[in-house]
Amino acid sequence: MTTDLGLPAFDAGRSGLDLVPALDPDAAKQTRKDFTSDAEVRWCPGCGDYAILAAVQGFMPELGIKRENVVCISGIGCSSRFPYYLDTYGLHSIHGRAPAIATGLVTSRPDLNVWVITGDGDALSIGGNHLIHALRRNVNLTILLFNNRIYGLTKGQYSPTSEPGKVTKSTPAGSVDTPFNPVSLALGAEASFVARTLDSDRKHLTSVLRQAVEHRGAALVEIYQNCPIFNDGAFDVLKDRDEAAARLVRLEHGQPIRFGAQGERGVIRAADGSLQIADVSEVGVDAVLVHDAHQSNPAVQFALSRLDEATLSHVPIGVLRSVTRPTYDDLVRAQVDGAIEAKGGRATDDDLAALLAGNDTWSVGT
Amino acid sequence: MEDAAVASEEYVAPDGPRIEQLDSVVIRFAGDSGDGMQLTGDRFTSETAGLGNDLATLPNFPAEIRAPQGTLPGVSSFQLHFADHDVLTPGDAPDVLVAMNPAALKANLGDLPRGMTLIVNTDEFSKRNLSKVGYALSPLDDGTLDSYRVHAVPLTSLTVEALKEFGLSRKDAERAKNMFALGLLCWLYHRPTEATERFLTRKFGAKPQILAANLAALKAGWAFGETTESFAVSYQIAPAPAPAGKYRNVTGNTALAYGLVAAAHRSGLRLVLGSYPITPASDILHTLSGLKRFGITTIQAEDEISAIGAALGASYGGAIGVTTTSGPGLALKSETIGLAVSLELPLVIVDVQRGGPSTGLPTKTEQSDLLQAMFGRNGESPVPVIAPRSPADCFDAAIEAVRVATTYRTPVLLLSDGYLANGSEPWRLPGVDSLPRLQVEFTREPNAVTGTGAAVFRPYDRDPDTLARPWAIPGTPGLEHRIGGIEKADGTGEISYDPDNHDHMVRLRQAKIDGIDVPLLEVDDPTGNAGVLVIGWGSTYGPIAAGARAARQAGIAVATAHLRHLNPFPVNTGEVLKRYRRVLIPEMNLGQLALLLRARYLVDARGYNQVRGLPFSSGEIADAITKLAQEPLS
Repeated sequence: MTTDLGLPAFDAGRSGLDLVPALDPDAAKQTRKDFTSDAEVRWCPGCGDYAILAAVQGFMPELGIKRENVVCISGIGCSSRFPYYLDTYGLHSIHGRAPAIATGLVTSRPDLNVWVITGDGDALSIGGNHLIHALRRNVNLTILLFNNRIYGLTKGQYSPTSEPGKVTKSTPAGSVDTPFNPVSLALGAEASFVARTLDSDRKHLTSVLRQAVEHRGAALVEIYQNCPIFNDGAFDVLKDRDEAAARLVRLEHGQPIRFGAQGERGVIRAADGSLQIADVSEVGVDAVLVHDAHQSNPAVQFALSRLDEATLSHVPIGVLRSVTRPTYDDLVRAQVDGAIEAKGGRATDDDLAALLAGNDTWSVGT
Repeated sequence: MEDAAVASEEYVAPDGPRIEQLDSVVIRFAGDSGDGMQLTGDRFTSETAGLGNDLATLPNFPAEIRAPQGTLPGVSSFQLHFADHDVLTPGDAPDVLVAMNPAALKANLGDLPRGMTLIVNTDEFSKRNLSKVGYALSPLDDGTLDSYRVHAVPLTSLTVEALKEFGLSRKDAERAKNMFALGLLCWLYHRPTEATERFLTRKFGAKPQILAANLAALKAGWAFGETTESFAVSYQIAPAPAPAGKYRNVTGNTALAYGLVAAAHRSGLRLVLGSYPITPASDILHTLSGLKRFGITTIQAEDEISAIGAALGASYGGAIGVTTTSGPGLALKSETIGLAVSLELPLVIVDVQRGGPSTGLPTKTEQSDLLQAMFGRNGESPVPVIAPRSPADCFDAAIEAVRVATTYRTPVLLLSDGYLANGSEPWRLPGVDSLPRLQVEFTREPNAVTGTGAAVFRPYDRDPDTLARPWAIPGTPGLEHRIGGIEKADGTGEISYDPDNHDHMVRLRQAKIDGIDVPLLEVDDPTGNAGVLVIGWGSTYGPIAAGARAARQAGIAVATAHLRHLNPFPVNTGEVLKRYRRVLIPEMNLGQLALLLRARYLVDARGYNQVRGLPFSSGEIADAITKLAQEPLS
């Protein structure tokens, strides 16, 4: 049996920050410094995490929300030390569980802007279940998944995103595991917002973060991040200017999907319905697929995510999907608030007494 | 013996069947899982409670929702003990067994003492049903039942006959046979049926035909008792003396859920339940899901780990986070409980214990998670443990768990069990004003000053009395801070790997739990010269009290004490134990409390242990007391 939820009409125009208190108009302008804690940053020299931290600290002031209403929750792994370095509320939890903890927090506190910081091992191995369920429920969270394709904190074992054949301490003969594509996984898990960006491209990273925070619902942002110690250079081909132009497929909603130094390559839909790479000069400009991140059917977005290969030959970056649907936490609160309103306000002592008594009581000696 | 059905008075009514006065009756309804025995038992209980009898119940059902029909594994039963005096257990053995089919008869006959009453639904004693349970001949005909008072009643066909005017299919009509049986039993024991009629109206209000059929079956059962000559005697049981007040009947799971609601109400905090369905704890989730009106949020999570994670996240945000589970689920929650120990945030973990290990006996009761509750985590991670002793006591124990969690900023384990969860007893309703007012204050201001005079917040500074740390929730300006599962420096809460600091923090966390204010252990020693102390915890309270009562009637001086707080123990526990030459610890496990008490207080306490998935009978406890009391002192 199902029931009409009878909840207020869905407002697709709401921001992820909708219920988070804004800075007082007369408050001093926030700066990067306001979001920088006193803790000494202890990542390895050259770690991609530094660039992501700097981007986030630099970006947060532009949100214009009260700093005390920002919460950063992480799991375990190198990336999960992130909360210590942001001068907001922070919770460094246990391996893989940050989305679960964040779900409880967001559901009970709509006034908070909650971030989950996680890695490929944390989110996709031990915490895979929590990640997919946070995405399908569409909890109002911004999830940054730092993907370095290796276990760093435990000193160099292969991860669920490591390429097949990877030789590591735990796979001396090469890994036989098939990796996850985090973006494909998120799309399959009913995520309403899915994006990918690079630690080294500050401008792109910031632009994606802006859209992710603005999105009301679960926003998954995969960030390719270099581990200089255990998997150095994993994404170098995407950072070399010439190589990058040939490999990075930059997605922008409403724009034809073209890449290459002169935009000479494009994504087309082949006769069999699949997406393929073609020379624009051969197929013509009109044949190039126009990216639609807002399309509710994720089939084409998923097909785009499959252009990616372990060799990084064609890597879509940007916002693959951004659709609006009701968030879990908004619906849960609407049910609770609706039940309270329907009874004319908060429960009184008499209401509690009536609950305890139930329908069948009897009296003794009165 | 409190469990004997003694006819104390007898007279013949001038115009009707004879009425006997009884002081106590134990009835067991038994049938197929699909026969509605639990509902029948519930309704009979409700009518009995309304008459002012004291009572206790024991539902007993298989884990399978519908085991193959008519088979022994599919038998479901509900036992009710009611009396004109205080009742401590659901009764050792039934005085009346209602057997709806051959399987129910075969599974339960061994518990029915000879001479007692048996009501059998003869319609189900077909050759096929008999052979399903290995009866070559019908026990109704072969003399098996000669030593019982047997009422052979064709319950199914009488029900179908009574409902023929309603145009139901035969199958639908047969389904009302439990109401026919209920009507008959209500007549036999002078129970009214009005509350059941109201209940049926609520339940089937939208299906007038089914409602009318059930009401008619109930009435037909009553009329059958009144008119047939099969029942020459009916019985009355006078109300039990009880303190003045308004009462209801309540199960442990309902009482526990209501205790959580009451604690939230009295603290002014929102309550967030994160839970994953598991027998026998799911009813707490169901109940709380329907109480949104009380500001209760329930999250049915993707797994046990996520469930406690969500609860802890809610606690971090300033709500009362609660998670409910049973043994296997508690095992999965261990790591998050450890995180809560380290974060020092309030959290209530309810474990409705069931038979283990592993999946064990999902629908049967056991007390074998005590050591898991105490020690089932990595590192030194002490957690307060509280156990209710009866179904109604689950209400107060839940409030106490919230009090301890919020006062001391700690996860608290509340250990109920399957017997408490599904068993019921009359509950004198507390006045809302009389409930503890739980004062919870969030920290709003910095609590320290630096050398340069700047106000700062130190998240691990402690209240000198409780050793609790501040609860500063996100959204509080100026108190932004980071916490986590890594060891923290005392006071500042910053990451610290310093050896001395770790040693200090481990001891501080232990000292905080050891110092929790817990009421003294009370001892019941009526003669003051008992040689044996029986000490228990949790749901063994009823059987221990009843067993001690029986032993005292037999002339044995025995004292009893019951632990509600298992961590920390009341401060006088050691002194109480040492006051007695002999200490007996009955437990539905292999001696978990005994291990703790022996280790902690160096007493030669004896265990009395059963793990049969069923509560102790009072007779078993009385025998164990007698045996120990008569053992020569070494």
